[in-house]
Amino acid sequence: MSSLNRMNTRILPTSFNYYEPRTIDEALKLLSELSPEVRILAGGTDLIVKMKARQVEPKNIINIKRIEGLRYITEEKGKIKIGALATWRDLEKSWQISKKIPALFDAISVMGSVQVRSMATIAGNLCNASPAADSAPPLLVHGAIVKASSIRGTREIPLDKFFLSPGKTILMPDEIVVEIEIPVPPQRSSSAFLKLSRTAMDLAKASAAAYLEVEDGKVVDAKIALGAVAPRPVRSLSAEAELIGKPATEETFSLASRQVVKDISPIDDIRSTASYRKKVSPILVEDALKLAFSRIRGELG
Amino acid sequence: MIIKFKLDGKEVSVDAEPNELLLNVLRDKLGVKAPKYSCGIGECGACTVLLDGEPVLSCLTLAVDANGKEVITAAGIEEEYAALISKAFSEEGAVQCGYCSPGFAVMSYLLLREKKNLSEEKVREFLRGNLCRCTGYVNIIKAVLKASEVMGGK
Repeated sequence: MSSLNRMNTRILPTSFNYYEPRTIDEALKLLSELSPEVRILAGGTDLIVKMKARQVEPKNIINIKRIEGLRYITEEKGKIKIGALATWRDLEKSWQISKKIPALFDAISVMGSVQVRSMATIAGNLCNASPAADSAPPLLVHGAIVKASSIRGTREIPLDKFFLSPGKTILMPDEIVVEIEIPVPPQRSSSAFLKLSRTAMDLAKASAAAYLEVEDGKVVDAKIALGAVAPRPVRSLSAEAELIGKPATEETFSLASRQVVKDISPIDDIRSTASYRKKVSPILVEDALKLAFSRIRGELG
Repeated sequence: MIIKFKLDGKEVSVDAEPNELLLNVLRDKLGVKAPKYSCGIGECGACTVLLDGEPVLSCLTLAVDANGKEVITAAGIEEEYAALISKAFSEEGAVQCGYCSPGFAVMSYLLLREKKNLSEEKVREFLRGNLCRCTGYVNIIKAVLKASEVMGGK
Protein backbone atom coordinates (compact mmCIF):
# COMPACT_ATOMS: atom_id res chain seq x y z
CA MET A 1 0.00 0.00 0.00
CA SER A 2 2.94 2.32 0.59
CA SER A 3 3.41 2.66 -3.15
CA LEU A 4 -0.06 4.19 -3.54
CA ASN A 5 0.11 7.49 -5.36
CA ARG A 6 -1.82 9.88 -3.15
CA MET A 7 -0.92 12.95 -5.15
CA ASN A 8 -2.49 12.04 -8.48
CA THR A 9 -5.35 14.42 -8.90
CA ARG A 10 -6.30 13.62 -12.49
CA ILE A 11 -8.76 10.85 -11.73
CA LEU A 12 -10.95 9.52 -8.95
CA PRO A 13 -8.88 6.45 -8.12
CA THR A 14 -11.61 4.41 -6.41
CA SER A 15 -15.03 3.30 -7.49
CA PHE A 16 -18.23 3.64 -5.51
CA ASN A 17 -21.91 2.87 -5.75
CA TYR A 18 -23.64 5.91 -7.13
CA TYR A 19 -27.16 7.13 -6.37
CA GLU A 20 -29.05 10.04 -7.87
CA PRO A 21 -32.32 10.47 -5.96
CA ARG A 22 -34.96 12.80 -7.44
CA THR A 23 -36.85 13.53 -4.22
CA ILE A 24 -35.81 14.28 -0.67
CA ASP A 25 -37.79 11.25 0.61
CA GLU A 26 -35.89 8.98 -1.75
CA ALA A 27 -32.61 10.50 -0.55
CA LEU A 28 -33.49 10.04 3.14
CA LYS A 29 -34.44 6.41 2.57
CA LEU A 30 -31.16 5.73 0.76
CA LEU A 31 -29.24 7.52 3.48
CA SER A 32 -30.80 5.45 6.26
CA GLU A 33 -30.04 2.22 4.38
CA LEU A 34 -26.46 3.10 3.46
CA SER A 35 -25.22 5.09 6.49
CA PRO A 36 -22.60 5.33 7.80
CA GLU A 37 -20.72 4.08 4.68
CA VAL A 38 -21.97 6.94 2.55
CA ARG A 39 -21.15 10.51 1.60
CA ILE A 40 -23.51 13.14 0.26
CA LEU A 41 -22.35 14.97 -2.86
CA ALA A 42 -23.57 18.48 -3.68
CA GLY A 43 -21.09 21.05 -5.02
CA GLY A 44 -18.19 18.61 -4.81
CA THR A 45 -15.52 21.28 -4.23
CA ASP A 46 -14.52 19.65 -0.94
CA LEU A 47 -15.56 16.02 -1.33
CA ILE A 48 -14.16 15.37 -4.83
CA VAL A 49 -10.82 16.98 -3.91
CA LYS A 50 -10.59 14.72 -0.83
CA MET A 51 -11.57 11.66 -2.85
CA LYS A 52 -8.90 12.40 -5.46
CA ALA A 53 -6.24 12.45 -2.73
CA ARG A 54 -7.79 9.35 -1.10
CA GLN A 55 -8.38 11.21 2.14
CA VAL A 56 -11.88 9.76 1.98
CA GLU A 57 -12.91 6.67 0.03
CA PRO A 58 -16.67 6.36 0.36
CA LYS A 59 -18.37 3.11 -0.64
CA ASN A 60 -21.52 4.96 -1.59
CA ILE A 61 -22.18 8.40 -2.99
CA ILE A 62 -25.59 10.04 -2.92
CA ASN A 63 -25.62 12.92 -5.39
CA ILE A 64 -28.40 15.26 -4.18
CA LYS A 65 -28.04 17.81 -6.98
CA ARG A 66 -30.98 16.46 -8.97
CA ILE A 67 -33.46 16.76 -6.12
CA GLU A 68 -36.13 19.25 -7.12
CA GLY A 69 -36.97 22.18 -4.89
CA LEU A 70 -33.85 22.43 -2.72
CA ARG A 71 -32.28 25.38 -4.52
CA TYR A 72 -33.93 28.55 -3.26
CA ILE A 73 -33.52 31.72 -1.22
CA THR A 74 -36.85 33.02 0.07
CA GLU A 75 -38.16 35.28 2.77
CA GLU A 76 -41.29 34.52 4.76
CA LYS A 77 -42.59 35.46 8.20
CA GLY A 78 -39.46 37.33 9.18
CA LYS A 79 -37.11 34.52 8.17
CA ILE A 80 -34.72 34.19 5.26
CA LYS A 81 -34.65 30.57 4.13
CA ILE A 82 -31.78 29.10 2.15
CA GLY A 83 -32.28 25.72 0.51
CA ALA A 84 -29.57 23.07 0.80
CA LEU A 85 -28.67 23.36 -2.89
CA ALA A 86 -28.38 27.16 -3.01
CA THR A 87 -24.88 28.00 -4.18
CA TRP A 88 -22.63 30.82 -3.01
CA ARG A 89 -23.24 32.54 -6.33
CA ASP A 90 -27.02 32.29 -5.87
CA LEU A 91 -26.57 34.08 -2.54
CA GLU A 92 -24.20 36.63 -4.06
CA LYS A 93 -26.94 37.57 -6.55
CA SER A 94 -29.70 37.71 -3.94
CA TRP A 95 -30.72 41.22 -2.81
CA GLN A 96 -32.00 39.79 0.47
CA ILE A 97 -28.52 38.66 1.42
CA SER A 98 -26.68 41.81 0.34
CA LYS A 99 -29.25 44.12 2.00
CA LYS A 100 -30.15 42.18 5.13
CA ILE A 101 -27.28 39.85 5.98
CA PRO A 102 -24.25 42.04 5.18
CA ALA A 103 -21.72 39.87 7.05
CA LEU A 104 -22.66 36.88 4.89
CA PHE A 105 -22.39 39.00 1.76
CA ASP A 106 -18.90 40.10 2.89
CA ALA A 107 -17.94 36.43 3.30
CA ILE A 108 -19.25 35.52 -0.16
CA SER A 109 -17.23 38.24 -1.85
CA VAL A 110 -13.99 36.96 -0.32
CA MET A 111 -14.71 33.22 -0.72
CA GLY A 112 -13.03 31.35 -3.54
CA SER A 113 -13.37 31.98 -7.26
CA VAL A 114 -16.49 32.56 -9.36
CA GLN A 115 -16.25 28.92 -10.44
CA VAL A 116 -16.10 27.60 -6.87
CA ARG A 117 -18.94 29.93 -5.84
CA SER A 118 -21.01 28.57 -8.73
CA MET A 119 -20.50 24.98 -7.59
CA ALA A 120 -20.25 25.07 -3.81
CA THR A 121 -23.32 25.26 -1.56
CA ILE A 122 -23.55 27.13 1.76
CA ALA A 123 -25.01 24.01 3.39
CA GLY A 124 -21.99 22.03 2.20
CA ASN A 125 -19.62 24.62 3.65
CA LEU A 126 -21.28 24.15 7.05
CA CYS A 127 -21.42 20.33 6.84
CA ASN A 128 -17.74 20.18 5.94
CA ALA A 129 -17.20 21.75 9.40
CA SER A 130 -13.87 23.39 8.68
CA PRO A 131 -12.89 25.68 11.58
CA ALA A 132 -12.07 28.21 8.83
CA ALA A 133 -15.41 27.94 6.96
CA ASP A 134 -16.14 31.44 5.65
CA SER A 135 -19.90 31.12 5.98
CA ALA A 136 -19.81 30.08 9.65
CA PRO A 137 -18.97 33.31 11.55
CA PRO A 138 -21.55 35.42 9.64
CA LEU A 139 -24.26 32.79 10.11
CA LEU A 140 -23.34 32.42 13.81
CA VAL A 141 -23.72 36.14 14.53
CA HIS A 142 -27.02 36.19 12.65
CA GLY A 143 -28.42 33.39 14.80
CA ALA A 144 -28.88 30.91 11.94
CA ILE A 145 -30.71 27.63 12.45
CA VAL A 146 -29.86 24.47 10.52
CA LYS A 147 -32.76 22.20 9.58
CA ALA A 148 -31.73 18.55 9.31
CA SER A 149 -33.94 15.73 8.04
CA SER A 150 -33.84 11.96 8.30
CA ILE A 151 -36.51 9.28 7.89
CA ARG A 152 -37.25 9.95 11.57
CA GLY A 153 -38.29 13.53 10.88
CA THR A 154 -36.82 17.03 10.77
CA ARG A 155 -35.12 18.86 13.61
CA GLU A 156 -33.82 22.39 14.05
CA ILE A 157 -30.27 22.86 15.27
CA PRO A 158 -29.03 26.32 16.33
CA LEU A 159 -25.76 26.87 14.46
CA ASP A 160 -23.83 27.42 17.72
CA LYS A 161 -24.60 23.79 18.60
CA PHE A 162 -23.84 22.44 15.12
CA PHE A 163 -20.02 22.25 14.99
CA LEU A 164 -18.16 19.79 17.24
CA SER A 165 -14.55 19.60 16.03
CA PRO A 166 -12.63 19.87 12.73
CA GLY A 167 -14.74 18.01 10.16
CA LYS A 168 -17.33 16.92 12.74
CA THR A 169 -20.86 18.21 13.12
CA ILE A 170 -23.68 17.18 15.42
CA LEU A 171 -25.52 15.58 12.46
CA MET A 172 -26.39 11.89 12.81
CA PRO A 173 -25.07 9.66 9.99
CA ASP A 174 -28.55 9.39 8.47
CA GLU A 175 -29.32 13.11 8.58
CA ILE A 176 -29.06 15.64 5.80
CA VAL A 177 -29.23 19.43 5.98
CA VAL A 178 -32.28 20.60 4.03
CA GLU A 179 -32.44 24.29 4.91
CA ILE A 180 -30.67 27.12 6.70
CA GLU A 181 -32.90 29.71 8.32
CA ILE A 182 -31.78 33.23 9.29
CA PRO A 183 -34.03 35.65 11.19
CA VAL A 184 -34.46 38.95 9.34
CA PRO A 185 -32.54 41.40 11.53
CA PRO A 186 -34.37 44.44 12.96
CA GLN A 187 -33.84 48.05 11.86
CA ARG A 188 -30.87 49.82 13.44
CA SER A 189 -28.79 46.68 13.19
CA SER A 190 -26.01 45.64 10.86
CA SER A 191 -23.14 43.19 10.60
CA ALA A 192 -19.75 42.70 8.99
CA PHE A 193 -17.23 39.96 8.29
CA LEU A 194 -13.48 40.29 7.83
CA LYS A 195 -10.93 37.66 6.91
CA LEU A 196 -7.16 37.47 6.88
CA SER A 197 -5.67 35.12 4.30
CA ARG A 198 -2.69 34.91 1.99
CA THR A 199 -4.91 35.60 -1.01
CA ALA A 200 -8.68 35.95 -1.00
CA MET A 201 -8.89 32.55 -2.71
CA ASP A 202 -7.10 30.95 0.20
CA LEU A 203 -8.54 29.66 3.47
CA ALA A 204 -8.57 32.08 6.40
CA LYS A 205 -5.68 32.44 8.84
CA ALA A 206 -8.30 34.09 11.03
CA SER A 207 -11.74 35.56 10.42
CA ALA A 208 -14.31 37.44 12.45
CA ALA A 209 -17.94 38.50 12.17
CA ALA A 210 -19.75 41.10 14.25
CA TYR A 211 -23.45 41.82 14.59
CA LEU A 212 -24.65 45.00 16.30
CA GLU A 213 -28.04 46.39 17.20
CA VAL A 214 -27.98 49.99 18.40
CA GLU A 215 -30.74 52.12 19.94
CA ASP A 216 -30.31 55.71 21.14
CA GLY A 217 -26.56 55.36 20.95
CA LYS A 218 -26.53 52.20 23.07
CA VAL A 219 -25.68 48.66 22.04
CA VAL A 220 -28.85 46.64 22.71
CA ASP A 221 -27.66 43.40 21.12
CA ALA A 222 -24.32 42.16 19.88
CA LYS A 223 -22.90 38.91 18.62
CA ILE A 224 -19.28 38.10 17.81
CA ALA A 225 -17.96 34.97 16.10
CA LEU A 226 -14.53 33.91 14.89
CA GLY A 227 -13.15 31.39 12.43
CA ALA A 228 -9.84 29.47 12.18
CA VAL A 229 -8.86 30.28 15.79
CA ALA A 230 -10.40 27.26 17.57
CA PRO A 231 -11.26 23.63 16.69
CA ARG A 232 -14.57 24.95 15.40
CA PRO A 233 -16.08 28.32 14.47
CA VAL A 234 -16.81 29.97 17.85
CA ARG A 235 -18.89 32.72 19.40
CA SER A 236 -17.13 35.09 21.80
CA LEU A 237 -19.59 35.45 24.66
CA SER A 238 -17.01 37.37 26.70
CA ALA A 239 -16.78 40.10 24.06
CA GLU A 240 -20.56 40.14 23.62
CA ALA A 241 -21.05 40.68 27.38
CA GLU A 242 -18.75 43.71 27.21
CA LEU A 243 -20.82 45.25 24.41
CA ILE A 244 -24.45 44.83 25.44
CA GLY A 245 -25.78 47.84 27.35
CA LYS A 246 -22.70 49.97 26.64
CA PRO A 247 -22.60 53.13 24.55
CA ALA A 248 -21.84 52.40 20.89
CA THR A 249 -18.43 54.06 20.76
CA GLU A 250 -15.03 53.11 19.41
CA GLU A 251 -13.80 52.83 22.99
CA THR A 252 -16.45 50.22 23.81
CA PHE A 253 -15.58 48.27 20.65
CA SER A 254 -11.89 48.35 21.47
CA LEU A 255 -12.34 47.21 25.09
CA ALA A 256 -14.82 44.47 24.16
CA SER A 257 -12.70 43.10 21.32
CA ARG A 258 -9.81 42.49 23.73
CA GLN A 259 -12.04 39.94 25.49
CA VAL A 260 -12.08 37.56 22.51
CA VAL A 261 -8.79 35.91 23.52
CA LYS A 262 -10.69 34.27 26.40
CA ASP A 263 -12.87 32.34 23.96
CA ILE A 264 -10.35 31.20 21.36
CA SER A 265 -7.70 28.47 21.34
CA PRO A 266 -5.69 28.87 18.16
CA ILE A 267 -3.01 26.45 16.96
CA ASP A 268 0.07 26.58 14.73
CA ASP A 269 -0.61 25.13 11.28
CA ILE A 270 0.44 25.60 7.66
CA ARG A 271 -1.50 28.87 7.36
CA SER A 272 -0.48 30.71 10.50
CA THR A 273 0.69 30.47 14.09
CA ALA A 274 -1.15 30.46 17.40
CA SER A 275 0.62 33.60 18.58
CA TYR A 276 -0.19 35.58 15.41
CA ARG A 277 -3.79 34.44 15.53
CA LYS A 278 -4.09 35.56 19.16
CA LYS A 279 -2.75 38.98 18.24
CA VAL A 280 -4.91 39.59 15.19
CA SER A 281 -8.20 38.22 16.50
CA PRO A 282 -9.05 41.25 18.69
CA ILE A 283 -8.04 43.60 15.87
CA LEU A 284 -10.24 41.78 13.35
CA VAL A 285 -13.16 41.88 15.79
CA GLU A 286 -12.65 45.58 16.49
CA ASP A 287 -12.54 46.37 12.78
CA ALA A 288 -15.64 44.25 12.13
CA LEU A 289 -17.51 46.08 14.92
CA LYS A 290 -16.50 49.46 13.50
CA LEU A 291 -17.57 48.41 10.01
CA ALA A 292 -20.94 47.10 11.25
CA PHE A 293 -21.51 50.32 13.21
CA SER A 294 -20.61 52.51 10.24
CA ARG A 295 -23.19 50.58 8.24
CA ILE A 296 -25.84 51.24 10.88
CA ARG A 297 -25.04 54.94 10.86
CA GLY A 298 -25.09 55.00 7.09
CA GLU A 299 -28.58 53.54 7.13
CA LEU A 300 -29.82 55.94 9.80
CA GLY A 301 -28.23 58.98 8.22
CA MET B 1 -23.99 4.28 -17.69
CA ILE B 2 -24.82 5.98 -20.98
CA ILE B 3 -25.10 9.71 -20.56
CA LYS B 4 -26.39 12.21 -23.09
CA PHE B 5 -25.80 15.92 -23.19
CA LYS B 6 -25.41 18.87 -25.53
CA LEU B 7 -21.71 19.56 -26.09
CA ASP B 8 -20.78 22.80 -27.84
CA GLY B 9 -24.10 22.76 -29.68
CA LYS B 10 -24.16 19.06 -30.64
CA GLU B 11 -25.99 16.22 -28.91
CA VAL B 12 -23.53 13.58 -27.71
CA SER B 13 -23.92 10.26 -26.00
CA VAL B 14 -21.11 8.48 -24.16
CA ASP B 15 -20.56 5.62 -21.73
CA ALA B 16 -19.22 6.96 -18.42
CA GLU B 17 -18.61 5.35 -15.04
CA PRO B 18 -19.85 7.24 -11.95
CA ASN B 19 -16.24 7.86 -10.87
CA GLU B 20 -15.24 9.44 -14.19
CA LEU B 21 -14.69 13.17 -14.21
CA LEU B 22 -16.25 15.43 -16.81
CA LEU B 23 -12.85 16.78 -17.88
CA ASN B 24 -11.48 13.32 -18.67
CA VAL B 25 -14.62 12.25 -20.52
CA LEU B 26 -14.54 15.44 -22.61
CA ARG B 27 -10.86 15.09 -23.48
CA ASP B 28 -10.31 11.33 -23.68
CA LYS B 29 -13.67 9.97 -24.82
CA LEU B 30 -15.18 12.84 -26.78
CA GLY B 31 -11.95 14.34 -28.15
CA VAL B 32 -12.69 17.87 -27.01
CA LYS B 33 -9.27 19.18 -26.03
CA ALA B 34 -10.13 22.80 -25.17
CA PRO B 35 -10.54 22.32 -21.39
CA LYS B 36 -7.18 21.57 -19.82
CA TYR B 37 -6.05 19.47 -16.87
CA SER B 38 -3.72 21.45 -14.65
CA CYS B 39 -3.98 21.53 -10.85
CA GLY B 40 -6.77 19.01 -10.43
CA ILE B 41 -7.93 20.54 -7.15
CA GLY B 42 -9.96 23.56 -8.18
CA GLU B 43 -7.31 26.24 -7.85
CA CYS B 44 -6.36 27.14 -11.41
CA GLY B 45 -9.46 27.35 -13.65
CA ALA B 46 -7.83 25.75 -16.74
CA CYS B 47 -10.61 23.13 -16.90
CA THR B 48 -13.50 25.64 -16.69
CA VAL B 49 -16.58 24.86 -18.79
CA LEU B 50 -20.15 26.13 -18.66
CA LEU B 51 -22.65 23.58 -17.37
CA ASP B 52 -26.17 24.81 -18.12
CA GLY B 53 -24.65 28.29 -18.31
CA GLU B 54 -22.84 28.14 -14.97
CA PRO B 55 -19.04 28.12 -14.79
CA VAL B 56 -17.80 24.87 -13.27
CA LEU B 57 -14.43 23.19 -12.85
CA SER B 58 -14.73 20.08 -14.99
CA CYS B 59 -11.90 18.37 -13.05
CA LEU B 60 -14.13 18.41 -9.93
CA THR B 61 -17.39 17.53 -11.70
CA LEU B 62 -18.62 14.00 -12.22
CA ALA B 63 -19.33 13.27 -15.88
CA VAL B 64 -22.76 11.88 -14.90
CA ASP B 65 -23.64 15.37 -13.64
CA ALA B 66 -23.69 16.54 -17.25
CA ASN B 67 -26.40 14.01 -18.17
CA GLY B 68 -29.31 15.85 -19.82
CA LYS B 69 -27.56 19.20 -19.57
CA GLU B 70 -25.64 21.55 -21.84
CA VAL B 71 -21.84 21.81 -21.74
CA ILE B 72 -20.01 24.68 -23.43
CA THR B 73 -16.21 24.60 -23.68
CA ALA B 74 -13.91 27.27 -25.11
CA ALA B 75 -14.42 25.55 -28.48
CA GLY B 76 -18.16 26.16 -28.31
CA ILE B 77 -18.31 29.87 -27.47
CA GLU B 78 -20.80 31.77 -29.66
CA GLU B 79 -19.03 32.90 -32.83
CA GLU B 80 -19.48 36.63 -32.29
CA TYR B 81 -17.92 36.42 -28.82
CA ALA B 82 -15.23 33.94 -29.87
CA ALA B 83 -14.07 36.29 -32.63
CA LEU B 84 -14.11 39.26 -30.31
CA ILE B 85 -12.23 37.49 -27.50
CA SER B 86 -9.55 35.96 -29.74
CA LYS B 87 -8.97 39.28 -31.53
CA ALA B 88 -8.63 41.19 -28.25
CA PHE B 89 -6.43 38.50 -26.68
CA SER B 90 -4.05 38.40 -29.65
CA GLU B 91 -3.89 42.18 -30.03
CA GLU B 92 -3.12 42.70 -26.35
CA GLY B 93 -0.59 39.87 -26.09
CA ALA B 94 -2.82 38.06 -23.60
CA VAL B 95 -1.73 34.62 -24.80
CA GLN B 96 1.76 33.22 -24.38
CA CYS B 97 1.97 29.46 -23.91
CA GLY B 98 -1.81 29.28 -24.23
CA TYR B 99 -2.48 26.50 -21.75
CA CYS B 100 -4.67 28.66 -19.50
CA SER B 101 -6.36 30.48 -22.40
CA PRO B 102 -9.41 28.20 -22.84
CA GLY B 103 -10.31 28.73 -19.17
CA PHE B 104 -9.86 32.49 -19.48
CA ALA B 105 -11.86 32.47 -22.72
CA VAL B 106 -14.84 30.70 -21.11
CA MET B 107 -14.84 33.08 -18.14
CA SER B 108 -14.40 36.14 -20.37
CA TYR B 109 -17.31 34.98 -22.53
CA LEU B 110 -19.53 34.58 -19.46
CA LEU B 111 -18.51 37.97 -18.08
CA LEU B 112 -18.98 39.81 -21.40
CA ARG B 113 -22.40 38.20 -21.80
CA GLU B 114 -23.49 39.06 -18.24
CA LYS B 115 -22.17 42.60 -17.85
CA LYS B 116 -21.70 45.68 -20.01
CA ASN B 117 -19.16 48.47 -19.43
CA LEU B 118 -16.76 46.44 -17.36
CA SER B 119 -14.41 48.04 -14.86
CA GLU B 120 -10.89 46.74 -14.32
CA GLU B 121 -11.84 45.81 -10.76
CA LYS B 122 -14.78 43.71 -11.94
CA VAL B 123 -12.64 41.89 -14.52
CA ARG B 124 -9.95 41.12 -11.93
CA GLU B 125 -12.53 39.89 -9.44
CA PHE B 126 -14.27 37.69 -12.01
CA LEU B 127 -11.08 36.13 -13.35
CA ARG B 128 -9.37 35.56 -10.02
CA GLY B 129 -10.01 31.81 -10.19
CA ASN B 130 -7.90 31.50 -13.36
CA LEU B 131 -4.15 31.23 -13.05
CA CYS B 132 -1.63 32.18 -15.74
CA ARG B 133 2.11 31.59 -15.32
CA CYS B 134 3.23 33.54 -18.39
CA THR B 135 1.51 36.85 -18.93
CA GLY B 136 1.37 38.36 -15.47
CA TYR B 137 -2.36 38.98 -16.05
CA VAL B 138 -2.06 42.64 -17.08
CA ASN B 139 -2.53 41.93 -20.78
CA ILE B 140 -5.37 39.52 -20.11
CA ILE B 141 -7.23 42.18 -18.13
CA LYS B 142 -6.56 44.72 -20.91
CA ALA B 143 -7.87 42.29 -23.52
CA VAL B 144 -11.15 41.68 -21.70
CA LEU B 145 -11.63 45.42 -21.15
CA LYS B 146 -10.96 46.00 -24.84
CA ALA B 147 -13.49 43.35 -25.84
CA SER B 148 -16.00 44.99 -23.52
CA GLU B 149 -15.37 48.40 -25.12
CA VAL B 150 -15.77 46.98 -28.62
CA MET B 151 -19.07 45.38 -27.57
CA GLY B 152 -20.26 48.56 -25.90
CA GLY B 153 -19.46 50.52 -29.07
CA LYS B 154 -21.85 48.43 -31.16
